[in-house]
Amino acid sequence: MINKLAILGQQGILFFSVFGRSFILFLHTVFGFFHLFKRPQLLIKQLYSVGVLSVIIILVSGLFVGMVMGLQGYNTLVDFGAEESLGVVVAMSLVRELGPVVGALLFAGRAGSALTAEIGLMKATEQLSGMEMMAIDPIKQILAPRLLAGIISLPLLVAIFSMIGVLGGYFVGVELLGVDTGAYWSQIQEKVDFNHDIISGVIKSIVFGVICTWIAIFEGYDCIPTSEGVSKATTKTVVYSALSVLGLDFLLTAIML
Amino acid sequence: MDIPRGKITAIMGPSGTGKTTLLKLIGGQLKPARGSIDFNGQNIPKLSSRQLYNVRKQMGMLFQSGALLTDMNVFENVAFPLREHTNLPETMIRDLVLIKLHTVGLRGARNLRPAQLSGGMARRVALARAMALDPSLIMYDEPFTGQDPISMGVLVKLIKKVNQLLGITSIIVSHDIHETLDIADKIYLISQGKIVGQGDPEQLNRSSSPWVEQFIHGYDDGPVPFHFSTDNLLDDLLGDKK
Repeated sequence: MINKLAILGQQGILFFSVFGRSFILFLHTVFGFFHLFKRPQLLIKQLYSVGVLSVIIILVSGLFVGMVMGLQGYNTLVDFGAEESLGVVVAMSLVRELGPVVGALLFAGRAGSALTAEIGLMKATEQLSGMEMMAIDPIKQILAPRLLAGIISLPLLVAIFSMIGVLGGYFVGVELLGVDTGAYWSQIQEKVDFNHDIISGVIKSIVFGVICTWIAIFEGYDCIPTSEGVSKATTKTVVYSALSVLGLDFLLTAIML
Repeated sequence: MDIPRGKITAIMGPSGTGKTTLLKLIGGQLKPARGSIDFNGQNIPKLSSRQLYNVRKQMGMLFQSGALLTDMNVFENVAFPLREHTNLPETMIRDLVLIKLHTVGLRGARNLRPAQLSGGMARRVALARAMALDPSLIMYDEPFTGQDPISMGVLVKLIKKVNQLLGITSIIVSHDIHETLDIADKIYLISQGKIVGQGDPEQLNRSSSPWVEQFIHGYDDGPVPFHFSTDNLLDDLLGDKK
């Protein structure tokens, strides 16, 4: 019993130690943003790597999510004679919840894991140490552009996701299932509120961008510099990002409703 | 431990004895539990982050793996510290990089990427990069490990050349006896965190210290025992089966 308590205590101390280290790294990285004014090309390169290269998966996923929502939404609403509200259902769901959450999960899986693997391998091959010995702070040079790129990219990717999802819902609902085009778009225009719905989605996507990218860069920077260490770090990035996104989504929804 | 300016000092010892750790302490990547590390009149462990980064501009380090940046080609790797720390125009940076690459014999490899280089070539590029800012000290971490005889000969020649022509103080961490004794002006032999021998190559070769003798001549048993600490063999075979 005492042993179990001791193990629990150890795990607790370890958790707070890791959280403390990650928070210090986060602050150090945020201060490194000022370095990017002198080296904007670092940020641009990461915006391409983290953001632009994620567009394809966002587009395809958003399209299919929107199409499924169109199908499922129509299937349910038609029983109540409310199929004309399909547009609102699809748009609200995407803009408020599915866009930020699914977008963040896809981002964590694609871009987050890639960031962790890249930084972990740089650590394993002593590139980060090499930079330190060249009097270049690897946090400013490597971590800061990646963190800022993630924070900028995710809201934009979520917007693309939501947009393409609404189009996917339109394609299924209007083109395939016969919902009135005017009803689809006019309901969206009438019911989706910019301040209440769209802004809340944007706030969520910014928070998720911070959390997913923060976890990704910390796990890469803190990993054990071996192939097994990098592999574990990559897995942790995806798992912790997913759990954090889902937990924070509940919290933010409760606050904003 | 005193590192004479302008000379090649070797730090040698058994594996796991702390040679690489010593280089990391000198470079400020690790902090000692006690003691001081003086570099050009500055105590490295006591420096602030900004001061430490300034001091590192006077140091170069050649890592065992080369530590080249994999998203840049050879030219860009050598140009990297110049672009980060100077305001020199690109034309001048280009000339400096080509001169450094020519020194190590790799001017023709300027457009290759690190993945296309052999181990020896990667270390030579890393040496060119370490020299980019004309440091007063270069540290070499196991520069000869895993090298074929030709690459080894090239690296030995380059280290000597860099020291003699440019007067750069060099610290080599290695356990390659023959190559290191060939070029070092002073050698420290360390074991279990202590200096067990020091002197120039001739002094070490003549040393009567059992530690030094075992290491220099490669004896399998001596102060560093062959058998890992355990019970007597007969007791183990005839005693309780554990």
